[in-house]
Amino acid sequence: MAEETLQLRKTRYLNPYIAGVILGLVLLAANYFSGRGLGASGAIKSTIVATVKTIAPSHANSAPFYKEELEKHPGNPLNSWLVFQMLGVLVGGFLSGVISRRLTFKVEHSPKISSKRRLIFATLGGILFGFGSQLGRGCTSGSALSGMAVLSLGGFISMMAIFGSGFMFAYFFRKNWI
Amino acid sequence: MGPLAPNEIITENTNLFLAFIVGIGFGFILEQAGFSSSRKLAGVFYGYDMVVLKVFFTGAITAMLGLLFFSLFGWIDLDLVYVNETYLYSAIVGGVIMGLGFILGGFCPGTSFCGAAIGKIDAMLFVVGLFIGVLIFQEGYPLWEGLFKAEYMGTPRVSESLGLSYGLFALMLIVVAVGMFWVAEWAEKKFPREEY
Repeated sequence: MAEETLQLRKTRYLNPYIAGVILGLVLLAANYFSGRGLGASGAIKSTIVATVKTIAPSHANSAPFYKEELEKHPGNPLNSWLVFQMLGVLVGGFLSGVISRRLTFKVEHSPKISSKRRLIFATLGGILFGFGSQLGRGCTSGSALSGMAVLSLGGFISMMAIFGSGFMFAYFFRKNWI
Repeated sequence: MGPLAPNEIITENTNLFLAFIVGIGFGFILEQAGFSSSRKLAGVFYGYDMVVLKVFFTGAITAMLGLLFFSLFGWIDLDLVYVNETYLYSAIVGGVIMGLGFILGGFCPGTSFCGAAIGKIDAMLFVVGLFIGVLIFQEGYPLWEGLFKAEYMGTPRVSESLGLSYGLFALMLIVVAVGMFWVAEWAEKKFPREEY
């Protein structure tokens, strides 16, 4: 009985090296089809640009960022490769959760901290990551992973800066995780 | 010959449809690897779970080799494959801010969507944070436009910057990655991990 509960509780994930090879093949497919790699933060940018364009057109026409962005990419910002790809990510993640029975509403956190603390830090982390991804022209997927696959110097710099900074700050926030 | 969309072998609509399919694969494999769990992702920074390093580097190497072989077989024109631009300062500063966001939030943008897709509430709030952070960047754009555009270096490949051939650098990267996998396996044995 006890063993059975343990068995049920244990979340089984795919072998990381096999997962990595498949991830690499997905990235290869993206490059083969579209000539570009994967990405995530770019889709958020496009969504916000589209929203601003719709609900505050005068602001979109005058504020420097939107002006530049709409000149660079005319047409509907939501018609972008990354927006469709990220919709796919939501579907793919959900399907994986269904198959591996991991669909549950929960706040995941170390037993040493409260849910509230976890949620505050998650929001703060998201804000910083969102801002940094725009300044750095792409996040872990678009700049670091996809950039490395094509040996982009910028991609390697992003990768080293992201992980280097993570290691640098890890000590100060260790209570949240270990 | 690939890439298909830039060579106009497939239409723009087909390309967007394929984006959706590729995205399903991307989300599925991230979730299967455990990237929907912030505690698993943050493990890389404390050594108790090195899944991020293993998946990330295996993925990068596989795609890099795939592109090299595709090019060798004449299946893809590497000159038409996008190489990320290098703006030195914004890449470093942006990366450092992202790293801080990673250790605070336990996700990166792609993985937070995955976590949100299976019901992780912390991941959903991380996504909300992402939208706020991107909006702050866009609204305050004139404040950091100078940094954003400083020190533009074009689109160099690391191999060129180091004066090495594409293939030799690729081989060196694989050797380095194997070394890191070895360290990763060692770290996981050394640092205790709970089940989560």
